[in-house]
Formats: sequence, C-alpha cells, structure tokens
Amino acid sequence: MGTVTANNLIKYYKTGKNETVEAVKGISFDINKGELFGLIGPDGAGKTSLFRMFTTLLLPDGGSGLVDGSDIVKDYKAIRKKVGYMPGRFSLYQDLSVEENLEFFATIFNTTVRENYDLIKDIYVQIEPFKKRRAGKLSGGMKQKLALSCALIHRPVVLFLDEPTTGVDAVSRKEFWEMLQRLKEQGITILVSTPYMDEAALCDRVALMQNGETLSIGTPKAITGAFPQTILAIKAEKMFSLLHDLHEWKEAEDSYAFGEYHHVVIRNRVNEEELKSFLQNKGHSKVEMYEATPNIEDCFLRLMKT
Amino acid sequence: MMITEKIISTQKLTKRFGDFTAVDAISFEVEKGEVFGFLGANGAGKTTAMRMLCGLSLPTSGVAKIAGFDIYKQTERIKGSIGYMSQKFSLYEDLTIKENIRFYAGIYGKSDSFIKEKTNFLLARLHLEKEGNKLVGSLPLGWKQKLSFSVAIFHEPQIVFLDEPTGGVDPVTRREFWNLIYEAAATGITIFVTTHYMDEAEYCNRVSIMVNGKIEALDTPSALKKTYGASTMDEVFLKLARNPG
Repeated sequence: MGTVTANNLIKYYKTGKNETVEAVKGISFDINKGELFGLIGPDGAGKTSLFRMFTTLLLPDGGSGLVDGSDIVKDYKAIRKKVGYMPGRFSLYQDLSVEENLEFFATIFNTTVRENYDLIKDIYVQIEPFKKRRAGKLSGGMKQKLALSCALIHRPVVLFLDEPTTGVDAVSRKEFWEMLQRLKEQGITILVSTPYMDEAALCDRVALMQNGETLSIGTPKAITGAFPQTILAIKAEKMFSLLHDLHEWKEAEDSYAFGEYHHVVIRNRVNEEELKSFLQNKGHSKVEMYEATPNIEDCFLRLMKT
Repeated sequence: MMITEKIISTQKLTKRFGDFTAVDAISFEVEKGEVFGFLGANGAGKTTAMRMLCGLSLPTSGVAKIAGFDIYKQTERIKGSIGYMSQKFSLYEDLTIKENIRFYAGIYGKSDSFIKEKTNFLLARLHLEKEGNKLVGSLPLGWKQKLSFSVAIFHEPQIVFLDEPTGGVDPVTRREFWNLIYEAAATGITIFVTTHYMDEAEYCNRVSIMVNGKIEALDTPSALKKTYGASTMDEVFLKLARNPG
C-alpha cells in the first residue's frame, strides 16, 4: 500500500439548478513512500480537486482515499497534522512579515522554526535577507519560496504542491525543481501538479490528466517508451505552410508544431526520400528532417486525440 | 527595395520607481506584421515595459513611437490602435459570446454593421456558430482563450499585445492558438507576445530577452542559438537570464 492512494475518487460540482460538472471522474493511483509524483495536465483536468480531497478540504462524492494510512474522510484531523499543502494561489498572510508567517505556521502545528530549521534551511536562506518584509511585498519567486517553507515547517510526511511553477519563468522553474529533488532526498513524499509537460521528466512517476481522467500513469520513460509510432522532426524555410502541407501527406497520421521543428507522427512506415520529394513538389526549400524521440508532450497529444 | 515599416520603435526608454530602475534604456524596433517574442525572467521588467508601450504608464525618459503615435503625448491614440489580451481571462463570464464582442467592439467605437458582419465571420472561424448566445462562463477554457484573442483583435488594431496567452492551456489548444496568431500576423497585425514556454519562442520571427531591465539579446531564434552556442531557446534563456533575485 502506498503513502497516497486514490481509489476511484469522484468529485462533482453543481453549476446550475440541474447541472453538474464532473471534475474528477473515478481516478485511482498509488504513490509510494518517498516518491516524487507529478499530476500533469492543463487547467480543468481535475488536479486541484484531487489536492483538496487529499488535504481534507473537500469531501469526495465517490471512491476513497488514503494519506499515510489515514482515510481522507474519517481521519481528516490526523491528515491535517501530517501533510503540507501549497495551494495554487498564494495564500499566506500578506500583511505579516516573512518571519511572522513562518512562525505563525510553526506555532499552529505546535512546533518551532528552530526545531525543523534544517529542513527548510536551503530554501529559507534565500529569502532570509528580507525576513522583515511583508509577504505581500515580495516578488513572485520569493513568495513561492516562503510558501514552500511554511508548508514544510512542521516536517510533513507528504507534501502537496498545486501548480507551484505556473507563471514562473524557466530559470526559477529549474531552481524550484532542484529544491524538490533535495526534499525528496529527505524522504518526504511529494505530489506536485503542473501544466508544463517538460516538467514530467523530473518526476519519478506521473499521471497525465485531462478532463477529470487519467490518460496514462507511469514513469516518464515508460510513457514515452510506449509511444507506438515513429515521429519525424521536420523543418523548412516556410514553417507555417510546411505544417499545412504535412497535414496532406498520406503517411502523416498527425502533424503539429514542436518548437523549432514540426513533428509528424508516421502512420505505417518512414520513407524520408518520398517525403522529401513530396515537400519539394510543394515548393519547400531547406528541408531538414530526423527521427525524433517522443517526449511527454507527444504522448499527451496522442492520448488527447484517441 | 523593400521598405519595412516600424510599428514600434523605442530609444533609451526608461522607467524608474524611486531609485529602482525597472526598465533601463531599452532601444528596439518591431516591424509591421512581425511576431515578436518579448521574453525575460519574472521581475526583469517586461510588464513595466509593456505598460509603457500600451500607453498605460508614462516613461521616466527616452522616446518611443507606437503605431506612429508619441508615447508621452498621444497615449489615447495609442490605446485606440492596439489590442491587449491579459494573462487573466478578462471577458465577462455572465455575458454571452455575442454580448462580449458587442461590448468590446462598442468600446472601440465600431459601427453596428461592422460588428454584425464581423461577428458572424468570427464565430464561423472559431466553429462557434451555435454557441453565440451562450454565456462565456460556460465555455471550456481552450475556447475562452481563443475567443479572448479574437476579441482583442476584433477592432482591427495595428498591434496586439499578448501577456502569457497560453498559460495553463492544453497542448492541442496551445497550437490552435498559435495558428490564430499566424493568421492575424498574415493580415498585417503585429504580434507582441510574452510567454514562459520556450518552444513558443521558436514560433516568433524575432525574440528579445530582458535581464534586469535591459534588453540583453534580440534576434531571430536561430541566430540567438548560434550566438550563444545553444541547441534550444531554453538553453539560450537559461544562459542569459540566470541572475540573482
């Protein structure tokens, strides 16, 4: 049995008199102790609803869940003591200073900053020079570090991080994931959600999510390794019309923009020469192509369409 | 000879707050119809710079012309010539799609006949013909984003400013969104876009990277990769933007 378990969890929301939205449609997974597990999916996938059920802030409408052996409905008091939760929206006290926020959260959990300082030291030293500053006056990156420190100060067994890197630039995102790796080494189980597909590779295992369902669960390598077809990466001088023309190629099951190149999912077999002449006939020049290794975004796109 | 029209041009554009210089003498030009990526780390000064370019905040010093209008004296003319899409969804959820279009187009002083004709065209383009009288709040997120963009360019502005338009959007919608961007650019609308997705930086004609209030690099994605010896824009960004604070 894992440290965090979802067993056919269901959540509805009422949106009108007789209308409901099914935000979580019977999701199951099992997260092992010390694992860094990612929920990867766009807005509306059901990630936040899952977090709120696990942190006992929402009651499920069906199914069950366990956190460190405690039931998410019956044992809500026990769970609240042993989990740390960083919500998607900044929820610390804006009018308290950095150190006041930290002390407040330590006190709530009957502990002291000093007792668990070793756990947050790496993160907190970066904002310590501003400890007298009100939380509301911090930059985005500093708010994020303070929120993580507050979520950790009672040494939780499981850490729930809801989209900690949304709207954060590529540099700060990288630093945040480095912090998570260090926390993982301390034995903390981490459930983290993100809409950035490239962050999946940094997790031990991920659940790809869309519209309240899981599309796939596994290690990033297993998910990308299971991609059943060949992908060609192609570029040419005129990228926009290239994409249009690739849609018309008979061997292309799907084609889409992928950064510098376009990706083409091949239906049956690859014949690069045939494709090259097809594109030359369409008037394309400087055509370059190579066989690409599928990544999580390729898998996600494929799963969304099937 | 091809004459390129500069739709945005700035010289040493600067904004200070007290003794903090948020935007530090940036000089650059954007051509008409260009898809221009405006990148930088959080706190690098992007939002402050964008606010000046939109005529919402007066510079401390420097010069700039936006769509031919002076950034100090003609801010109202600038506002009339641009479109803006914020990272927060800003259509009215309790108005229908048609009502939202009518409202925003009305603000820009468009005639009833213009609005009527173009609304039908827009709904057809987005495959929303049957949804025109539905409340915007009831639409899926992906449609909301595409609708927001279409509303931002409905009054046929010369430039549209997009502030992280694809945050939290699924990979399919993100690509559909970029198709809309290219279509708009092909009609001559200049696109000025910020994003945290580095693959999207590749979709821009040119990209600037701001670090500590200054524009540290500005070129085509392929030239930037060459200059910084990087294989992806992500690497270029990390090399340039990794700065303290």
